[in-house]
Amino acid sequence: MDNTALIAVEGLTKTYPGANGARVKAVSEVSFAIAPGEVLGVVGESGCGKSTLGRALLRLIEPDGGAIRFDGKDLMTLSKSGMKAARRDLQIVFQDPFGSLNPRHTVGGIIGEPLVVHGIGTSDSRRARVAELLGLVGLPEDAGKRFPHEFSGGQRQRIAIARALALEPKLIVADEAVSALDVSIQSQIINLIADLRRRLGLSILFISHDLSVIRHVSDRIAVMYLGRIVEIGPAEAIMESPRHPYTQALLSAIPRPGEGRARQRTVLKGELPDPANPPTGCAFHTRCPMAMPVCSADRPALVRREGGVADVACHLYEAA
Amino acid sequence: MPTPSSFPPLLAIEGLEIAAHGRPILEGVNLTIGAGEMVGLVGESGCGKSVTALSIMRLIAEPPMRITGGSIRFKDKDILGLDEKGLEALRGDEIAMIFQEPMTSLNPVFSIGDQIAETVRLHRPVSRRDALDRAAELLGRVGIPSPKAALERFPHQLSGGQRQRVMIAMALACDPELLVADEPTTALDVTVQAQILELIDDLRREKGMAVLLITHDLGVVSSYCDRVAVMYGGRIVEEAPAEQLFAHPMHRYTEALLRTIPASNPPGTALPAIPGTVPPPGKRPKGCTYHPRCHAMIGVCAETLPELEGEAHKVRCWNPAERPAP
Repeated sequence: MDNTALIAVEGLTKTYPGANGARVKAVSEVSFAIAPGEVLGVVGESGCGKSTLGRALLRLIEPDGGAIRFDGKDLMTLSKSGMKAARRDLQIVFQDPFGSLNPRHTVGGIIGEPLVVHGIGTSDSRRARVAELLGLVGLPEDAGKRFPHEFSGGQRQRIAIARALALEPKLIVADEAVSALDVSIQSQIINLIADLRRRLGLSILFISHDLSVIRHVSDRIAVMYLGRIVEIGPAEAIMESPRHPYTQALLSAIPRPGEGRARQRTVLKGELPDPANPPTGCAFHTRCPMAMPVCSADRPALVRREGGVADVACHLYEAA
Repeated sequence: MPTPSSFPPLLAIEGLEIAAHGRPILEGVNLTIGAGEMVGLVGESGCGKSVTALSIMRLIAEPPMRITGGSIRFKDKDILGLDEKGLEALRGDEIAMIFQEPMTSLNPVFSIGDQIAETVRLHRPVSRRDALDRAAELLGRVGIPSPKAALERFPHQLSGGQRQRVMIAMALACDPELLVADEPTTALDVTVQAQILELIDDLRREKGMAVLLITHDLGVVSSYCDRVAVMYGGRIVEEAPAEQLFAHPMHRYTEALLRTIPASNPPGTALPAIPGTVPPPGKRPKGCTYHPRCHAMIGVCAETLPELEGEAHKVRCWNPAERPAP
């Protein structure tokens, strides 16, 4: 494992019970590391396991196997109280700014709650910290006395971010944190997250289905398909010269303003296979325009080829 | 490049005003769609794009909403003057609509074959057997595998993309001349979104069907539409052929929207954000509705509402980013 990493995940697996006693693998043998101050973007379509992965990192969902090393601690062996203490450094922001804030609590109460839970400071110092956090995320000081329903979607997401920052975490998992917002609000929140990351030296696991957002915020990108990482590497390499046919198709599918009809689109056939009954070999072979006989027989390993900068799991690049 | 005049007029919305609880929702919306044309209507939440779409089929909730002015003409029909019977004859036959969430639009207790056949029989004097044959043909056309067997399936047995295909099959049942598609791919994954948009585009070319595509996604309209109208605060603020709009946005809102999206900016740089939020109905400011957020506001903007002016490229702005071509 990488010793300089803030968090290093090795072989993380999460299965859910499926029909007839079968196990559905939501996340399969996922490994990656995030350096201090680094943003790792995780992109993929619904059912690829990206949200399960984010929650499993904080053990909000209990993984079935694998190791998570965070800041020198092995999270998987921690007791319940040990995990609670570790979560001071490990926070999460969710997609839905309406469902994730308690409507009966004031905004100040919501933002200050992590401090209360962890028994930090006095009520006076907590009040001062809440005021500081409101300023940090660009909300007026009097916002603390008001209730969530008085705020717009973008402002609520600022509140959720302020709460996540209350304990000065080292890593934030942002799970589709800007996906529910309108275009003009989305860029405000992306700027806020980028600014906080620079000022506070945060590491971020940024989960999104939107590749253009992922590209904008990430240093490195991991592309997931049906529970596994199929390609991971520096953001520029993934976006400019994607190797995996799924990454290529994902990039091609995004309609971009101003491109008009000129661009030749690779439209994938079919939809995501049933995770309870995944295809053999490479899970993408049923939709892959480049599939070869070997693809349905053997699962390709996620490896870096000589001279490459990204790791890719595809038989196309295996040495002949 | 298609110009408005290259499509014979099919639908004309003029000066449409809709209010709810005394607050204006739409304030003088003008929009035309030509036969076979694909027009995009874009804007953020609360701009009035869905209300505009729903009003074409008179599907807005009346009350609380009320049409307080303007007209909607479809060919030779005055839609606002039609009674319920006239509207029923129109809906699903000459004009069809699909929505964002196909699960709630489909009835969970009927097979998809029965639901499509019902639409056919509502408008055509055919037997149930013939209607089911037509349903199977439509399911095949929208890319549902083994269409005959699929007739027996229920909505919950289908994926989101397949449900939207079923909705499109139902919309096509009577060969409508206009398809109103309200955020049809917003709930779908990007690879499935591409499939559905390609399907809609193929169908409209094949059948010469006009499409009004309502979306918040500028990329989607840029790739598929002939013409685009941008809405803000209950009004159309800019309208132009798609290529023209994206190459030379004139309204400061359109300009700012195109600049703020991550795809227009180098990775990692600060996005040129639009300050503030969209004002809700009832709190829309005087003058140009966009002026409190505008980076190019001049004195008159806060006082007087500009008109939507221009020929092929129309804009409602006192200080546009580019001057209209003479």
